[in-house]
Amino acid sequence: MSSENNTSSSSNNNHESGTVRVKRGLAEMLKGGVIMDVVTPEQAKIAEDAGAVAVMALERVPADIRVDGGVARMSDPEMIEGIKAVTTIPVMAKARIGHFVEGQILQALGVDYVDESEVLTPADETHHIDKFAFDVPFVCGATNLGEALRRIAEGACMIRSKGEAGTGNVVEAVRHLRSILGDVRKITQADEAELFEWAKQLQAPLPLVQEIHDTGKLQVPLFCAGGLATPADAALAMQLGAESVFVGSGIFKSDDPAPRAKAIVEATTNFNDADLLAKVSRGLGAPMTGIGMDEDNVKFADRGW
Amino acid sequence: MVAPIVGVLALQGAFAKHVEAIDRLGHRASEVRNAEQLAQVDSLIIPGGESTTISKLLDSSGLRPLLAERLSAGMPAFGTCAGMILLATEVLDGRDDQESFGVIDLAVRRNGYGRQINSFEANLVVDDIGQQPLRAVFIRAPRVEAVGDGVEVLASVEDVPVLCRQGQILVSSFHPELIDDDRLHQLFLAGLG
Repeated sequence: MSSENNTSSSSNNNHESGTVRVKRGLAEMLKGGVIMDVVTPEQAKIAEDAGAVAVMALERVPADIRVDGGVARMSDPEMIEGIKAVTTIPVMAKARIGHFVEGQILQALGVDYVDESEVLTPADETHHIDKFAFDVPFVCGATNLGEALRRIAEGACMIRSKGEAGTGNVVEAVRHLRSILGDVRKITQADEAELFEWAKQLQAPLPLVQEIHDTGKLQVPLFCAGGLATPADAALAMQLGAESVFVGSGIFKSDDPAPRAKAIVEATTNFNDADLLAKVSRGLGAPMTGIGMDEDNVKFADRGW
Repeated sequence: MVAPIVGVLALQGAFAKHVEAIDRLGHRASEVRNAEQLAQVDSLIIPGGESTTISKLLDSSGLRPLLAERLSAGMPAFGTCAGMILLATEVLDGRDDQESFGVIDLAVRRNGYGRQINSFEANLVVDDIGQQPLRAVFIRAPRVEAVGDGVEVLASVEDVPVLCRQGQILVSSFHPELIDDDRLHQLFLAGLG
């Protein structure tokens, strides 16, 4: 909560919306929860009934985007409106990397969070969206701490480790979480003089590196995404230090989505309770089949600069 | 005598920020996720988060009847945002299956200020904590629609109550845990006697 950029309205009481504190604040409220990808209003209801803290409205889950190929874009506003109409929890939607007009449209639609996402086909191969220009908060993916800090410098109010969406394989999510949090730990221990080299290595602004050194944590909530498919995967991400989890294809590409969704919610809350994890992991039917990293042709995580 | 423990319901939401605030004030805070943990605390903070999610987890954890019993036996509680919804007697625009504990006589409308784009911060003057304004952060906040006779309104924004108290129950529609100003936590702790 360090800066107060981008204040939009003010009247009596110094009433302001769209402040950094208000935008990061919603991410704080989503902590310890599960954000689920949904493609229909029916799925949104199932997600809410299972205890999701938010839904990500999209036309195709990443597993299908992977299979279909072609250009993946922002969802049809009608589809997003349909999901907003049936749920009482926050609704997120994805814009292409660098596609600030998709961001403007999603803000106009009143979505609660915009995900500038590598799962969609990038619109700009150099620049991400200037997220300070928006009142709606943004979440961005990151594979390492440098990428996370560049996104925060552009105004992202939440970071999610990218993992590899649509694979049902948790290995990349673990790699990215360990990389981000491992470097946070190293910077916390670093000598003041070493911070200059850290900023250079990470290609990240020095003040943000110094802030991590002083506080011992990332400036915004860190969630985990990309390849989570089971309650154990969610608890693994939480034990590694994620503050919430995104589950995309993992729920609605499994045999029996509703009980799996509920089990993942319980596992995320009770991530340190192995007895409870054993209980909620029982009899959920088959998870999504998933794919190994070597048989995977497109790496979404490589998108983003 | 052992120092009283302030519980923070940690099923989902901004519970860690409340624990930090209680720690800063030199009191003992403890996260509550199950029956054993609830039995060890003397008061409870219910944080902001998604009220539907917290409500589902109250059921799956078996905490709901135990917490209802403690609250009706007079356990002090401080509910912020979703916590206010869970403590109020009436919830408007909630889910049909959403139950609240009904220990403060308020009707609150879920997301009554609108979606995230309408979230805001504003200055509040609360007589009980001094004249220095408090910066209140409202995130998809509940809106108080009706206040019962026994409820004190401690602060309002544009004539809508945002901070209320009834006996040992304190509620705010905003998030005192998101600012570096612990006066409302201090007020709650002072009321514990």
